[in-house]
Amino acid sequence: MLKKVLLLALALLSFAGCSKKEEGPIKVGALFAVTGPAAFLGEPERNTAQMVIDEINSKGGIKGRKLQLVVYDTMGDTTKAVQLANKLIKNDKVVAIIGPSTTGESMAVIPVVEKEQVPLISCSAGIKITDPVKKWVFKTAQNDSLAVNRIYEHLQQKKQTKVAILTVSDGFGSSGREQLKEQAAKNGITIVLDETYGPKDTDMSAQLTKIRGSQAQAIICWGTNPGPAVVAKNARQLGITMPLFMSHGVSSRKFIELAGDAAEGLKLPSGKVIVAGLLPDTDPQKKALLSYVSSYKKSFNTEGDHFGGHAWDAVMLLKGAIERGGSNAATIRDQLEKTTQFPGIGGMFSYSATDHAGLGKDAFALVEISKKDWVLVK
Amino acid sequence: MLFEEILQYTLSGLSNGAIYALIGIGFSIIYNATGIINFAQGEFVMLGGMLTLFFMNLLQLPLWAAVPCAVAVSAVAGLLFERLAIKPLRRPTPINLVIITIGGSILIRGLAMLLWGKDTHALQPFSGEEPIAIANATILPQHIWILMITMLIIGINKYFFYHTISGKAMRACSYNSKASSLVGIDVRRMVLFSFVISSAMGAMAGIIVAPLTMTSYDVGIMLGLKGFCAAIIGGMSSGLATVAGGLILGVLESLGAGLISSGYKDAIAFIILLLILFVRPQGLFGKADAERV
Repeated sequence: MLKKVLLLALALLSFAGCSKKEEGPIKVGALFAVTGPAAFLGEPERNTAQMVIDEINSKGGIKGRKLQLVVYDTMGDTTKAVQLANKLIKNDKVVAIIGPSTTGESMAVIPVVEKEQVPLISCSAGIKITDPVKKWVFKTAQNDSLAVNRIYEHLQQKKQTKVAILTVSDGFGSSGREQLKEQAAKNGITIVLDETYGPKDTDMSAQLTKIRGSQAQAIICWGTNPGPAVVAKNARQLGITMPLFMSHGVSSRKFIELAGDAAEGLKLPSGKVIVAGLLPDTDPQKKALLSYVSSYKKSFNTEGDHFGGHAWDAVMLLKGAIERGGSNAATIRDQLEKTTQFPGIGGMFSYSATDHAGLGKDAFALVEISKKDWVLVK
Repeated sequence: MLFEEILQYTLSGLSNGAIYALIGIGFSIIYNATGIINFAQGEFVMLGGMLTLFFMNLLQLPLWAAVPCAVAVSAVAGLLFERLAIKPLRRPTPINLVIITIGGSILIRGLAMLLWGKDTHALQPFSGEEPIAIANATILPQHIWILMITMLIIGINKYFFYHTISGKAMRACSYNSKASSLVGIDVRRMVLFSFVISSAMGAMAGIIVAPLTMTSYDVGIMLGLKGFCAAIIGGMSSGLATVAGGLILGVLESLGAGLISSGYKDAIAFIILLLILFVRPQGLFGKADAERV
């Protein structure tokens, strides 16, 4: 008797579970480093993802179904990221995962989603994430190599071929350093000096003194705040006049605030968010950029940056895939891969079976800091 | 050309070293009074910078008023730290105390993060940003502030420990706390004093360095460790030996980064630390029985 009741209960429960899945919201998982050292990425990403999902839901969802975002904070920790990815897939039964925020976490999560066959749209930049192409893994953040190319292209135009590089000794910096060295020969650039600094260093004047005494015609510094601001200040102190390039890692107002007067005249490749208003009207991304900037400002009272933009792109790409007919993990993946010429925040996305990064070098604009603001370099 | 570069390395190194020295003296004052290595010292450096910004931004105080406020609040934080974390311990063993100071540092850092967020902030330089040239090498006005204020604090420190009753009492405690309490010195109060003084000094170091290095809730970790190295090189003396230790560390770091490889900059500090601990545990200048305080 008891057995029968239990069986009945089980049947009822699973039935209830089934029907709920059909009518309930589409669950989308998200892993962001909201706290910890990579919080400057995770926080705007979480805010943006939630904001976009709310916007979609307030307009009636996708094909009548609402989206539900399940966000977990990885604290920038790879072990946590893997645990939480499993939790999203097995407990929350999400159809796709957005994030994680950093390359290290993304690499750790990839084996999980490949095994469980759930699409992952990473918001981190590392080239290894989608090279070689993995069936279930996409990404929205621009490859470092695109940013490097943008700088080298500009140097070629200016006929400056000897550069000194100064990179931070963390994941972002070493990936940049690798790309800077790899792309140099192809672009006719010689790296005359290869210096590094620690992520917590507070004085880089020794490295810059060495660079000042070298043959270099330009300096390329690769890091995220606050290091590059110290580099800019030290360079100004040492009276260095050769052009100083920064990476897209500092393309936020915070950097201008930190570096103060020393930021004047610095150039950097950046996603187009910060110069959205300056873009020509012919730019296909302009509409998306302006709408993102204004709704972020309305919701959070600070300016949206391109880190949040990665999450915007991820949600919107997912939305497109679901609109085109994706309803479960496998069909969403197939539809994601068919995305063509989608104007996002990071650039124009076109995924294919051989390219899951989806961006070209037009994803970066070269900007200069002038009078504490951004201007486009022609 | 090379001379010019070495001069620049040395000047940069000296100004960094002055900061290490100031933090290092904070370590040794507490060590001498209590036998504790206070690993929360770096957090007071952070508090100095962050509190100054807090007073300037939120209460709109000018710099000259914000600095004393920040130092005073940090000193109170040091006082509370001693009263709430160190004093209640019944049977203090060195390992317990060390773990408590590490715990305290994590707590302070966490509170600062919750209060002020995770962003890095810049503090305006005290007097302009125009570089000053010294024979082809350049320094900033802020570097001069750092050197002057460090010298001033060390001078006051010296006067306090050798020419005031309280200072002499603290020295007495460091030589022999049992005998001191027998002649009527309140040893617990001297321990409290040592925390207050060293947290105020740490805070001052954090303030004068913030315009150059910027400040954030987690800036104390590395600066604290460098200060600790300086104190070890100086043999945990709270006098000129630790100052020399800080300056030597700063210059070697800068020369090492410039002439050998910048990748090893931090390694240099820790290699020196290990060498000193292995070869001359009494410090670079110490006789076997070093003068402390």
